Amino acid sequence: MPIITDHLTYSYGGKKKSQTAAVNDISVKIDDGQFIGLIGHTGSGKTTFLQLLAGLVKPDSGTVYIDGEDIFAKDFNLHSIRGKVGIVFQYPEHQLFEETVFKDVCYGPKNLGLDSKETELRAYEALKLVGIEDEVFYQSPFDLSGGQKRRVAIAGVLSMKPRVLILDEPTAGLDPAGRKEILDLIENLCKSQNMTIILVSHSMDDVAEYADRIMVMNNGQIALDGAPGEVFRHREELESFGLSLPQVTDALMKLKDSGIPVRTDAITIDEAVKEIVRVLM
Amino acid sequence: MKIIKAEEVTFEYIRRDEDGNVESFNRALDKVSLDVKEGDFISILGANGSGKSTFAKHLNSILLPTEGTVWIDGMDSKDEEKLLKIRQTAGMVFQNPDNQIIGQVIEEDVAFGPENMGIPTEQIRERVDEALKTIGMLEYSKKSPNRLSGGQKQRVSIAGVLAMHPKCIVLDEPTAMLDPAGRKEVIRALRALNNVEGITIILITHYMEETIYSDKIFVMDKGKIAMEGTPREIFSQVDELIKYKLEVPKITLLAYELRKKGMRIPECILNVKEFTDALSR
Repeated sequence: MPIITDHLTYSYGGKKKSQTAAVNDISVKIDDGQFIGLIGHTGSGKTTFLQLLAGLVKPDSGTVYIDGEDIFAKDFNLHSIRGKVGIVFQYPEHQLFEETVFKDVCYGPKNLGLDSKETELRAYEALKLVGIEDEVFYQSPFDLSGGQKRRVAIAGVLSMKPRVLILDEPTAGLDPAGRKEILDLIENLCKSQNMTIILVSHSMDDVAEYADRIMVMNNGQIALDGAPGEVFRHREELESFGLSLPQVTDALMKLKDSGIPVRTDAITIDEAVKEIVRVLM
Repeated sequence: MKIIKAEEVTFEYIRRDEDGNVESFNRALDKVSLDVKEGDFISILGANGSGKSTFAKHLNSILLPTEGTVWIDGMDSKDEEKLLKIRQTAGMVFQNPDNQIIGQVIEEDVAFGPENMGIPTEQIRERVDEALKTIGMLEYSKKSPNRLSGGQKQRVSIAGVLAMHPKCIVLDEPTAMLDPAGRKEVIRALRALNNVEGITIILITHYMEETIYSDKIFVMDKGKIAMEGTPREIFSQVDELIKYKLEVPKITLLAYELRKKGMRIPECILNVKEFTDALSR
């Protein structure tokens, strides 16, 4: 289910549209099962871009094709997109509301019009996918820990069986162990379910480690797009966009600046260790 | 001189059902004792639910200890007559800037604190300008807070606290919602306040690399102080930190792994500069 955006443009400000576009003429193709890290400073247009991909706002011009279908065409049933593209907003646990964890996760599929048997089956599967134990099912979602709440909220989106999962800073406010837990979960969804992931993050270290493709937004456009090793080669550009390098890549670049001939495309600690050992030992 | 002194502070909360029967009993803080020297930069680390925020709320009498005592600049936090003075001595900044900014114009927002303290109008003007100048936001004083970036909004929140002339500022995850540039901006501002103005800073964060310049780090676990020391003392204990659901900065981990491989590199590297210096020697 590839996603193609064709000259996608959107600006705020209603009819006057005097402002610069929040999303400005973006044309990209996202293939099945890709893990995309979407980065950019606050106000670069990331959230608007996500909302367009999920069909939550209509573009001024251009469109989005999902599975070859124009989702903004007049005869397209936009409601059906909820079962295809799932979106997890920032602090999704603030949207938990039901009496029990299980009921909360059932809410989505129920609203897709599924019968109760199918609804419950999906809720069960989704909760298992995010690693929530059976004994938690009938507890109030408000009694759970921060990390658990967030996983339940993600299950609520997964129960609609999306093929594409969009997450807007899913690790904000979590401790390091909780962050890793959520990112490992997302990686697993990508690998075992072949789900397409679009992850918005302010942590360069996280996107470097998990994503296989990084898109950098600036002024409503995709300024850089490529594999992490490739994108993070553009140090000056990233800094001019208010972003930074993953600490490991930064260290390798500075080593190189100081005259040690290391390659600078390592992203993870293991890769960097290998490279430094190769050159210095 | 101790600006903060906590002695055997325990905080318990009781959850009751609709009929008022005790449902559960939680001990969020368990005999916490710690001292903070005036003028220090202190960081508090700990997993979600470890008691960090609960402790922070004891530092300006938002919460009062069930047992034990907290002294703020010599004042007992339970002393109701000193409440205003305590809140003025130890100001607080929270995670979400949008929940803290209430004024339509930035200078009005910053004036809110001193106004409530009953400061004469002409002095308020002075304090507001001085606070905005200190934090580098004076040129925005007549603007609306809506158009600011996350980092700028947090600096306005800090200015609001500064205008009350505090001796100590407590910040509860002030960078959790910011992009890399915003995070740097806020941390730089805090270091300047600490170095230049001599204001005691107590920073609660989940980002390890923000704490490397602290005079002292406290690690909390299950309502207790689990570790206490300089950044170098704390971050040399990689396995211990993982036990508390934390981590070490990526660069520290890289150096640690290289040391394990037999590379001659000093123990506990804290930043990229130390790292490149060590290797290019």
